[in-house]
Amino acid sequence: MNQIFTVNLLFSSIRLATPLILAALGGMFSERSGVINIALEGLMLAGAFTAASITYYAGSPWVGLFAAIIAGAAIAMLHAVACIRFKADQVVSGTAINILLTGIPALLSGAFFLSSGSTPQIPEGHLIPYTPVVIAFALVPVTWYALNRTPFGLRLRAVGENPEAADAAGVSVPLMRYTGVLLSGALAGIGGAYLSIGQSSLFTRNMTSGRGFIALAALIFGKWRPVQTMLACLLFGFTEAIAIQLQGVRFGGEEIPNQFIQIIPYVLTIVVLAGFIGQSRAPRALGIPYQKER
Amino acid sequence: MKFLRELMFPVIAVVAAFVVGGIVVWLVGDNPFQVYGLMLGSALTWPDGIGYTLFYATPIIFTGLAVAVAFRCGLLNIGAEGQLYVAAFATAWVSIKLGGVVVTGMSGVPVQPWANLPGVALVPLAVAAAIVVGGVWGGIPGWLKARFGAHEVITTIMMNFIAVGLVSYFTQYHYRSQGDPIMETAAIGQSAYIPRLGSFIPGLPERLPVNVAFLLAIVACAVVYVFLWRTKWGYEIRATGANPLAAEYGGINVRRQIVLAMAVSGGLAGLVGVNEVLGYHHRYYDAFSDNYGFAGIAVALLGRNHPVGVFFAALLFAMLQRGGIPVDAFSEHVSKDLVQVLQGIVILFVASEALFRGTFGRFGLLKRSKV
Repeated sequence: MNQIFTVNLLFSSIRLATPLILAALGGMFSERSGVINIALEGLMLAGAFTAASITYYAGSPWVGLFAAIIAGAAIAMLHAVACIRFKADQVVSGTAINILLTGIPALLSGAFFLSSGSTPQIPEGHLIPYTPVVIAFALVPVTWYALNRTPFGLRLRAVGENPEAADAAGVSVPLMRYTGVLLSGALAGIGGAYLSIGQSSLFTRNMTSGRGFIALAALIFGKWRPVQTMLACLLFGFTEAIAIQLQGVRFGGEEIPNQFIQIIPYVLTIVVLAGFIGQSRAPRALGIPYQKER
Repeated sequence: MKFLRELMFPVIAVVAAFVVGGIVVWLVGDNPFQVYGLMLGSALTWPDGIGYTLFYATPIIFTGLAVAVAFRCGLLNIGAEGQLYVAAFATAWVSIKLGGVVVTGMSGVPVQPWANLPGVALVPLAVAAAIVVGGVWGGIPGWLKARFGAHEVITTIMMNFIAVGLVSYFTQYHYRSQGDPIMETAAIGQSAYIPRLGSFIPGLPERLPVNVAFLLAIVACAVVYVFLWRTKWGYEIRATGANPLAAEYGGINVRRQIVLAMAVSGGLAGLVGVNEVLGYHHRYYDAFSDNYGFAGIAVALLGRNHPVGVFFAALLFAMLQRGGIPVDAFSEHVSKDLVQVLQGIVILFVASEALFRGTFGRFGLLKRSKV
């Protein structure tokens, strides 16, 4: 037991929680404004791929990180236009983005790097293993403050809870929702960039492997609130760290199947959603396109 | 006229997606006409192109129907992916346990089967296992929604990951043959095999993997049509989807319909296991699904949630999938990932119906139909 619970485990939990926190905080801006964002997975992939390829070309991770933010926001714009302008079903649009982004990075890396599996290796000096971690944890209080203590946050939440009233008070519902969705793309983009130029040194096909969905789960588990969501991300990062540590470890001759540890976040989320451990209440207007009264 | 309008919109969406996809191909540095020509040419050759197209269409007909049935009840089943995994594993499990297969798993101790049934008994049981297990896996999110109000989109996503974890556990630790480096179960009993179409259709070579499950998919389309439009349950499901409050007021037990629709949806998705396990791999092969569950969403949307539409939409996506193979080999820059891109764009366009209604509505081409 002592070999497993070490300081290393703590650090690896924090590392694994970082992309989740970034994506989940992003999702929070989108969902608190009333737009469901199950596209986090695709947005992270966009960020991861862009960061890796631009860093490779530009030779600077900062340019890569910036490009990842732009790419995440650009893809999020597609989701925003479909959902806000054309009143598309938000879940369907999110699914479309996810499918699109399993294809686009592979297509582009196949065209530019002649390998649809991955982008070229980036030298170690050009990686940013720590900055995104700092950004992620710094963004938690910033998000809390922005949501709860600024006029912007009040408007964003109002648009997500009661768009009619917000509209009557002179707040532009589309503008707030576009802002929320674009922010989600930018943050998920950083989360993805951390995966490719922070934790690793290249983009590999489907490298997010469901982290966008875990971030979504953490967002719900954290009841759409910044601090609780961060704790949920840490918990999920911790379960992933444990699953990695336990690989191949034997207790009394029996290998511990890490599948059981890996499914813990998902089971917990269902339990919370069903209201067995406290009720998790979504923003009231979540998923409902806003139609101005004529 | 109404029928034509229904047809017009999906056609416009597909054409628009191909145009955008073509621009992507051009930007990447290839000739879009050449690439599309290559895809269509490869998908429509007889017998290989068509045989493979039908084979690829089979699973996404099932998942397309699954998503469509849930949609008709106003539910979005993102969980077809998980439902088909547990169901495919159950199909393999029944065909191993009752098909006379001795499994020597990780422990090295041979586990005896319960019985060695003949095909006439084993195949129906294996198919039933696919339907029931898929149905239960779909029914759970339905129940969670009906009982606790938990949103089915989130619960089905979570159930997908749980399904993948559980099935991979059982495969790795209990049903994989000792020393097998691949994550797959032992082979199923031979009596559970279902024949390939080539074994009885003249002119179709038996090497093509399209099998009886494709015929089952056609039957499933017909059954879903009858179920939704000719039975009381189907009527109540559609009434719930159209307006749950009115349905409730009209004496329909909305909660029961939600569970029922999700269970039927899961059962349909589960039938993918028949194609995969009984018809093709003859074992459960871990992570075999090529995003069939998500492709089902595209298929259902493009097919207007109607069995006939689902069938043709599935054929279209299957053609793309088959057509993607030579693209990988023969075009300079584009890879078969173009298929995924096209699929994503199609869904985006179909979802953003208002985009086209605005553009074409001015010419009276696309009026909102009353469905």
